[in-house]
Amino acid sequence: MTATQAVLDVLDVSKSFGAVAAVQGVSFPLYAGEVHALVGENGAGKSTIVKMLAGVHRPDTGQLVVTGAPVDFAGPGDAKAAGIAVIYQEPTLFPDLSVAENIAMGNQPLTRLRQIDRKAMHAAAAKLFQRLGVQLDPTRPARGLSIADQQIVEIAKALSSEARILVMDEPTAALSGVEVERLFAVVRSLREEGAAILFISHRFEEITRLCQRVTIMRDGKHVCTDLVADLTVDDMIRRMVGRDLSALFPKQDVPAGDVVLEVEGLSREGVFKDVSFSVRAGEIVALAGLVGAGRSEVMQAVFGVDPYDSGSVRFLGRRLKAGSPRAAMAAGMALVPEDRRQQGLVMELSIERNVTLPRSRKLARLGLLLGTAERDEAYTWTRKLQTKLGRLTDPVGTLSGGNQQKVVLAKWLSTAPKLLIVDEPTRGIDVGTKAEVHRLMSQLAADGMAVVMVSSELPEVLGMADRVVVLREGHVAAELTRAEATEESVMYAAMGQQVAAS
Amino acid sequence: MSELRRPGSRRALGWDSIIVALTVVVLIIASFAVENFGTSRNFTFLALDLLPIALVALPMTFIIVTGEIDLSVASTLGFTSALMGTFWTHGLSIETIIPLCVVIGAILGAVNGFLVTGLGLPSLAVTIGTLAFYRGLALVVLGDGAVADFPAAYTGWVTGNIGGGSIPNVLILLVILALIFGVILHATPFGRSLYAIGANAQAAHFSGIRVARTKFWLYVVSGAVAGLVGVLWTLRYSSARADNGAGLELAVVAAVLLGGVSIFGGKGTLPGVLAGVVLLAALQNALRLEDVSGQALNIVTGVLLVASVLLPNIITSIRTTWQRRRLRSAAAH
Repeated sequence: MTATQAVLDVLDVSKSFGAVAAVQGVSFPLYAGEVHALVGENGAGKSTIVKMLAGVHRPDTGQLVVTGAPVDFAGPGDAKAAGIAVIYQEPTLFPDLSVAENIAMGNQPLTRLRQIDRKAMHAAAAKLFQRLGVQLDPTRPARGLSIADQQIVEIAKALSSEARILVMDEPTAALSGVEVERLFAVVRSLREEGAAILFISHRFEEITRLCQRVTIMRDGKHVCTDLVADLTVDDMIRRMVGRDLSALFPKQDVPAGDVVLEVEGLSREGVFKDVSFSVRAGEIVALAGLVGAGRSEVMQAVFGVDPYDSGSVRFLGRRLKAGSPRAAMAAGMALVPEDRRQQGLVMELSIERNVTLPRSRKLARLGLLLGTAERDEAYTWTRKLQTKLGRLTDPVGTLSGGNQQKVVLAKWLSTAPKLLIVDEPTRGIDVGTKAEVHRLMSQLAADGMAVVMVSSELPEVLGMADRVVVLREGHVAAELTRAEATEESVMYAAMGQQVAAS
Repeated sequence: MSELRRPGSRRALGWDSIIVALTVVVLIIASFAVENFGTSRNFTFLALDLLPIALVALPMTFIIVTGEIDLSVASTLGFTSALMGTFWTHGLSIETIIPLCVVIGAILGAVNGFLVTGLGLPSLAVTIGTLAFYRGLALVVLGDGAVADFPAAYTGWVTGNIGGGSIPNVLILLVILALIFGVILHATPFGRSLYAIGANAQAAHFSGIRVARTKFWLYVVSGAVAGLVGVLWTLRYSSARADNGAGLELAVVAAVLLGGVSIFGGKGTLPGVLAGVVLLAALQNALRLEDVSGQALNIVTGVLLVASVLLPNIITSIRTTWQRRRLRSAAAH
């Protein structure tokens, strides 16, 4: 299985952005017929490596070597020509073109009259799907494809351009269990065809199941490259964070206080129906369910960023105005949304502006924001959450994912909410920061805050929640106490008959 | 800690500061090199010429910062000018007419605002539509005639100077409004929210900012200011005409973009915009004094606009290349 000649050698590459060294002297080989995991906490420099391979960033120093020949990518086109294809977590297809057109983009088969040969294009796409062992209609438009299917289209696109090196940047982050299995089957068949695959993931069970070799990075530096078989998961975690992790999910037991939030019969046509639950002070209530079950939509309606058709939301006994985030905030509610980049932060604005955005009216004196009130506030909260940053005036987009999430948390915790809604609080976050976030949530609940957590990660749900509300297709399928909630009981409720059927 | 608190000490020089510096340089060179440019008489003319552009540019900056645009401003100006003429011939007092015109400008702005925020239509399309529509209304109201006999006390004030010196009275108005708009944009929660809306409207919505309502009021203010400028324009030339101010919207948008406001929203400062207005007006004024033809003036304006979009990109790419080279040579040693 191990070839002597690497298909790709990353040799001592470094890359800095301003004063921040994102990658420092990292080297590892990729072999044909191998899936190679690249792991590290957020901000460890994985994304920078991916962007170097994609031709987006040029290494400041060091070299990329493809089958023995040094290469210098001036742009993504060069990387593609060298046989490297990158599959991103969220693929960017042309929604109005057909699946086959997307695959053939830039490389369309032509008829003798130099028209695009649609028949040949569809046949080629169908053949690729057959090779990958998936069912997809090449003639349908890309719009409306699930993320999993979009990734498959991207993979097919890579294959059609004869890519020998596939870089997959957290491809499973947004996939359901079944979809992950299908992706794995595809990756295995690619591996058997002799492709070299770089696989980035935060999930250790995926790495042990799928990958042969693993490279671990920490703080932009190379820690080790080893055979996966030679390492335990504990070894990997220890090397990633540079220390042992005790408890990942440390929810303390707190006596529940008064009811803070009561949601009654909340419905929105076609999205969720008759959803009722309540949350008490000091409690963490998890909203579990499959992707698309309507969990985020319910919480966004509760917070007022989305409308609802009927039902009511009561906060500390008083009916909350519908469709007004401002009213929800004034009452003492905060929402840390699912999509950090689109909903949580304004990427171009500075860290301090982001932190103080919901509170700027409170910080103003006589309506004016002069002096250092904003900076002081941002400084206090980013420090409290141990956010790693250069300057508070840097755009928040320059931070790593985990630190961005801390900025979102800082932004909302600074409003001193009585109810904190967190939607996928640890998605795309490294283990170290994850533990910090969990500890923080537990601490907040212990201090008397009511917490609603939407999460797709079962261990997180089971570890953190006092109660679990399971949604299925927009309605409450079950409400489980901490004692009742097990991996089986939650999954059964979330999937309904599907479990019994299989 | 002190490291963290140092306010933006190493922030790269923005385009707005470059344009302010460039404007100062152009003003100095022109007053030496161009005959009559530095005279107080010319200063008065320059100030009167740039006034309508500068005033309309204030709300336009706000609107473009939120990622929208208002191209109907010059037509609103023309409509209020035409109305002013009609009201005057119908015997309304000038003291009634002036506030009425401002209010009507605000109503036209509210129509834009409703179409953009209430119906969710793209502002570019909406305001191109109302650009034609409001100008058409102006012609319906006044036809192609003109009304000229406005009271001398008012026309005299608009064209007059402070204490008979060389600073036009109306410049006070600009200074006051520019200060108000500047403070609102750069030192209030409302101003902060405009940048957030322009850079990411969804995240702004999730932060409790009322995106639609904010944009709506910006259009109302834009219309009101355009109405006010319609009044000033009419009084300055002592002539209410339906075609007053035609094409002004392009000069305004050009100045705002030249001043460093991003057409995609989320970026820009008011000092930059005012420098952009002064730079364009000063260049045109200087070239006109040198007897350069109108077409050449347009070429200069056009080149400046393209340069304002192009140069920041070139500067950034030079900066990164230079930085990479330095790192490579450092690594080689």
